[in-house]
Amino acid sequence: MLEELYQEIILDHYRRPRNRGKAVPADLAYKDSNPLCGDEIEVTATLVDGKIKDIKFDGHGCSICLASSSIMTGKLVGKTLAEALNYIENFQKMMRGDIPFGGKEMGDLKALEGVLKFPVRVKCATLAWHTAHRGITAKL
Amino acid sequence: MIERLDAVELEEIRDDFPILQQRVHGKPLIYFDNAATSQKPRQVIETLNDYYRRYNANVHRGIHALAERATREYELARHTIAKFINAPAPETVVFTRGTTEAINLVAYSWARANLKQGDEILITWMEHHSNIVPWYQVAAATGAVIKRIDLNADGTLAIPAINPRTKLVAVTQCSNVLGTINPVKELAAAAHKVGALILVDGAQSVPHLAVDVQALDADFFVFSGHKMLGPTASGVLYGKRALLEGMPPFMGGGEMIREVSATGFTTNDLPYKFEAGTPNIAESIGLGIAVDYLQKVGLDKIRQHEKEITAYALERLQEMIEIKIYGPLDAEKRGGLVAFTFSDIHPHDLATFFDQEGIAIRAGHHCAMPLHKHLGIGATARASFYLYNTRAEVDALVATLQKAKKFFGACPTGRALGF
Ligand SMILES: Cc1ncc(COP(=O)(O)O)c(C=O)c1O
Repeated sequence: MLEELYQEIILDHYRRPRNRGKAVPADLAYKDSNPLCGDEIEVTATLVDGKIKDIKFDGHGCSICLASSSIMTGKLVGKTLAEALNYIENFQKMMRGDIPFGGKEMGDLKALEGVLKFPVRVKCATLAWHTAHRGITAKL
Repeated sequence: MIERLDAVELEEIRDDFPILQQRVHGKPLIYFDNAATSQKPRQVIETLNDYYRRYNANVHRGIHALAERATREYELARHTIAKFINAPAPETVVFTRGTTEAINLVAYSWARANLKQGDEILITWMEHHSNIVPWYQVAAATGAVIKRIDLNADGTLAIPAINPRTKLVAVTQCSNVLGTINPVKELAAAAHKVGALILVDGAQSVPHLAVDVQALDADFFVFSGHKMLGPTASGVLYGKRALLEGMPPFMGGGEMIREVSATGFTTNDLPYKFEAGTPNIAESIGLGIAVDYLQKVGLDKIRQHEKEITAYALERLQEMIEIKIYGPLDAEKRGGLVAFTFSDIHPHDLATFFDQEGIAIRAGHHCAMPLHKHLGIGATARASFYLYNTRAEVDALVATLQKAKKFFGACPTGRALGF
């Protein structure tokens, strides 16, 4: 059971987070927190021609929160803001159980499926995504 | 001679708690979240059952057998609880839904009528949100100012800056994060010297140590039943009679009135003036039975048992270099709970890991966000003990921490960065 939550991919992103820090220039910046646990995440992005050229996250949180943030940055880079919003909303629906998770084509993101078995931890996995969503919406 | 729980008594006590007899994720349940809420002995569970099966009726109204019995048991609980905290009279014990409601009662009734611009409300860094937010609201409504007593490095209170502008000191007797037991008697004396009142939050003290509200000279003393073997939504506001008599009612409705005319009302006597509407009858009766249970075991024995468990936990936890414990390291100075961080593993990850081993601990800010910010941390893990916990359970806690360390490995990035 525990291994489903803490898959190797998750622990790897936790131990060696990708894209941690601040994007410069930060054309888009948004900070949010999960007041229940005190986790805080800030997402920053550099935009070129309406596309996300660089995206980074910073902050503190549990392994699920940080790993999910790290995975997210890898998925959103290169997307237009509209594409990114769409991608985020799709993931949010999966985490709510509204639509099923995809298959292998999801890559590292698939590892977050195990979180669904731990309902109290779903918020940890979605914090960065909500933060990015707010940041992008504010930009549009 | 120091009285302690022997192995047989401990086993008997554990047998009284049906919930402890179960397995969680295939492991025997170890319940270390007592500061959030305690488990209930069958005596209390049966009392609730008995009330609803045999004498459920409204109190102080009906002229029939059931109503009479319900009223008698409800008032008997008040007597029991008044004696338990050595309140001078049962009328000074007002039933509430818990600590939060009791503090709000004082904030809405006493504070709004008595505080004005520039008056100071003195609290501490270690208060629970329920002893912070109502005072922020009072400050916004009256212009009163919130001040805080500083914390020493070991998690005890510094010498407070009580001054003639201080009108109320609102302080917890025992911190739900640091465990610190505060010198409320001395604080009461200091408050009274400048003509201020003191409200003591007893949510984490009354369940675990003998409390005498008159010896403390507390003006208001509040606590929750669910943390002391009682039902949820039971609790108490104790207040000095003259204060309670001088205060306007909190909520209006039935029970709190003597007479209602076409244009106005007169208030009922204490304590009913503050018990508007149909009260928490079953819960208050259940709390009376919980108090009987605690007294039968003996508060001094319970305190001794928890002190030993806590001292043992502090000793075992400190064997691990990755541990950071918050609050005093001397079990004499703290209640039966230990908040800690371990290596760089986030408390949430720890709590999930512990849960899979059948161990219930709490992770987060424990409704004390200002304290966590003040200490510069986002969250802590907390193990909190009660009369039914054992040394063997503490050993399991330590063994699980060691397992967690192996599982999560070195995670140098878990620390707060950039915030
Ligand atoms: C010190 C302290 N004060 C107040 C409260 C609030 O108690 P309740 O939620 O029962 O009103 C708690 C419980 O979490 C507490 O630990």
